[in-house]
Amino acid sequence: MIAAGLDPIAQFELHKIQELKLGPIDISFTNSSLMMVFTVALIGLWLLLSTRKAALVPGRAQSIAEMSYEFIADMIRSTAGKDGLRFFPFVFSLFIFILFANLLGMIPFFFTTTSHIIVTFTFAMMVIGLVVVYGVWKNGFGFLKLFWPAGVPAVLKILLVTPLEIISFLSRPISLSVRLWANMFAGHILLKLFAGFMIMMVSAFGVFKGGLAALIPFSLTLALTPLEFLVAFVQAYVFALLTCVYLSDALHPGHH
Amino acid sequence: MTYLFDMFGYGFAAAASAAETVADYKGDQDGGAAFPPFDPTYFPSQIFWLLVTFFVLYFMLSRIFLPRIGSMIEERSNRIADDLDMASRLQLQAEQAQSSYEQELADARAKAHNIGATTRASVEAEIAKDVEAADVEADRQQAGADARIATIRNQALKNIDKVAADVAAEIVEKIGGFTPNTATVKTAVG
Repeated sequence: MIAAGLDPIAQFELHKIQELKLGPIDISFTNSSLMMVFTVALIGLWLLLSTRKAALVPGRAQSIAEMSYEFIADMIRSTAGKDGLRFFPFVFSLFIFILFANLLGMIPFFFTTTSHIIVTFTFAMMVIGLVVVYGVWKNGFGFLKLFWPAGVPAVLKILLVTPLEIISFLSRPISLSVRLWANMFAGHILLKLFAGFMIMMVSAFGVFKGGLAALIPFSLTLALTPLEFLVAFVQAYVFALLTCVYLSDALHPGHH
Repeated sequence: MTYLFDMFGYGFAAAASAAETVADYKGDQDGGAAFPPFDPTYFPSQIFWLLVTFFVLYFMLSRIFLPRIGSMIEERSNRIADDLDMASRLQLQAEQAQSSYEQELADARAKAHNIGATTRASVEAEIAKDVEAADVEADRQQAGADARIATIRNQALKNIDKVAADVAAEIVEKIGGFTPNTATVKTAVG
């Protein structure tokens, strides 16, 4: 039985800050919405401050902004080619939003928006929706070549490749959203659990013995925290990278 | 890349442990409140606010910040390219200046050499001319002198005849005791 206040799931609970209704739909402003607004505001503030001077020889903040820009631009160029750069603002927004949301979630008592499957699934559906809409708009029926790759015998295609391609295409939004969500969710549970163990041990065995015993979960928490920061970055990166790969399908459905 | 796959693996393991936690949680709550990350009550709210905030972010980035950062980077690379152009242009100019300087130096040297040669030639010509003129003058004077000498000698020779005749006449007068005819003496001496 977990003591009250140490429940690792409690951190994912949503509560309404302002009740809102759009017709019959409940669109209340919650702690999650507050974090989303805060994330966007923080990104805006960061970019505002770092691009204010627009110096020829960049300062530290401007360098970071420019490095982020080049990082995403290079990622798109290497995975989706030069014409993939038309999606640059989208991929950049996606990456930076997820990265900031993940990192802000690492601050104690801050809600992690990306730890809810519906949020990551909405992101994934935005990506897949964009791939399908742009792919069909640009290539028409040629978009279906995605499931009909060149250079494979027709029999093999019908029996094996095309069904696999269809399954892989349909599972993309699920894998994309579950990967991000599960990483953030599990990481926060682990951190909360180990941090909670310290308090439980102290309260069970007293300050001295409990304190000694608490060194084990303490060292685990200490080790997990940088790992979680890394995960926060890597998951944002993976999400953006896979977005580029999928967008590349929309741009060049014939060859992948 | 293997690291990324490790991350994926970690994700799946986490999903599994999350699923267990879901079961635990449902047990705890007697199936009452839904597991928060899957609670559909707030799905519309989360989708709505995500779309709103993401659109605001997208608008902000695509209209303001990304063009601004892009133009900063482009401006810098243009500036660097310009500076490099300028540097290579200046270097070219410096090389041209150097080569034209050397050319001019060589020209000047050649010219000086030329002037020296010309001067020397003209001086030599003048000297030659003067020498020639002097030679001619000397020849002329020598010829005059020769002529004069010849004249004098002829004169002397003529005088010798006269002196011989006179001497002969005198000898004849002294010895013979008579004064010979001048013409006869002349013929006899002749």
